[in-house]
Amino acid sequence: MLSKRIIACLDVDAGRVVKGVQFLNLRDAGDPAELARAHAEAGADEIVLLDITATSAGRKTLIDTVRRTSQQIFVPFTVGGGIRTLDDAAEVFDAGADKVSINSAAVASPGLIEEIAGRFGSQAVIVAIDAKRANAEAGKAEVYVAGGRERTGKKALAWAREAEDRGAGEILLTSMDRDGTGSGFDCELTAAVSDAVSIPVIASGGAGAAQHFVEVFTAGRADAALAASIFHFGLPGSAAHAIGELKQTLVGAGIPMRWPC
Amino acid sequence: MIAIVDYGAGNISSVKKALESLGGIAEVTADPDVIAAAARVVVPGVGHFSRCTSLNQQLRRPVLEAITAGKPFLGICVGMQWLFQGSTESPETPGAGLFAGECSRFPDRVKSPHVGWNQVELRGGSRLLRGVENRSFFYYTHSYRAPVVEQTAALTEYGGEFSAAVERDNVYGVQFHPEKSGPAGLRILENFCAL
Repeated sequence: MLSKRIIACLDVDAGRVVKGVQFLNLRDAGDPAELARAHAEAGADEIVLLDITATSAGRKTLIDTVRRTSQQIFVPFTVGGGIRTLDDAAEVFDAGADKVSINSAAVASPGLIEEIAGRFGSQAVIVAIDAKRANAEAGKAEVYVAGGRERTGKKALAWAREAEDRGAGEILLTSMDRDGTGSGFDCELTAAVSDAVSIPVIASGGAGAAQHFVEVFTAGRADAALAASIFHFGLPGSAAHAIGELKQTLVGAGIPMRWPC
Repeated sequence: MIAIVDYGAGNISSVKKALESLGGIAEVTADPDVIAAAARVVVPGVGHFSRCTSLNQQLRRPVLEAITAGKPFLGICVGMQWLFQGSTESPETPGAGLFAGECSRFPDRVKSPHVGWNQVELRGGSRLLRGVENRSFFYYTHSYRAPVVEQTAALTEYGGEFSAAVERDNVYGVQFHPEKSGPAGLRILENFCAL
């Protein structure tokens, strides 16, 4: 049976893994290559590296970090942040990424999705959507870009559909309302996007407990769930590596998981 | 030396890295002479079946000669699909025809592409899959799949059963990506290096 995926995300700034709350207050969490390997060995099904300051500071993705990290892991590896052109994407693939995640650049020039998918295949293109709805219904969630600083006026559901039509292989949906809060994924929004597209949806933003993953895989109809801080800093009250413990809990809840790894 | 055939399909560097992590010496090449000199040949791949056009043009003969000579051959993803007669993804592009049948798209009732970790059902007796536990998970990313044939070594269920691995003499194919499948995948590459 096709398993649900647990994806460990490394938010990288200037070559170090950091994590903030609602895109602010960054906190150091270690070396990307070492953390990626530790997460993969503990059972992460995929690793995502996001160069979080690349877009706003106008820098390109840290190619050396990508190269170093990719040498240490033998699970799928995605890189995002600062990828604006086909050449930027090619450079990241050349450094060892299996997929790229594009966000602001895809909104600014949606043809970039077709360009990258045309050359590297749809399986290599993840369109990341940062969405915010406050207390509005899921259908009203809006797309934000530039690390959550700019409002686009686009609706998340329509943009997800367009991304699929243009050749995206997966959607990485981040709830800005929940990101970094640990209060749980936005299951309602995730389910709405999952129903709107036929490609896999990765839920992100808000993971704080194992139960949140159970919810997003059932009520949220997510194909994968991504988290950062709880994997770096551990589940509350736990000494074990969070991913192994999380997967055991999910298996116990009847969620199909690759476990033991 | 293991020749990793470069015919314009993606994901080649990760195959090289995985083989090298196991102590293998691998070379990414589009040179028929390098393929002829290699002890083992890998045709990796991810992407559209039409990419096999370039494989069919300059590289078909050296690759088929390596197979005929009995050198261990491994096709990965599209590289495995190429071992069949063809694919409805690109009907004008012929495959090698070493296995009967044609690759076809997943039915509409399941999400496509099939992305993620899925289990294999082993049929037993495979040399490539030696030491792999039944129902192990491997990483897949594809929209087309190969039919189940007599030489199918492992099956996966997704919108029906398809060939996860095929094996005939020293010709091996896997639909999943062993280079991206953690310890279970590395075990298979290690087995391939020891054939």
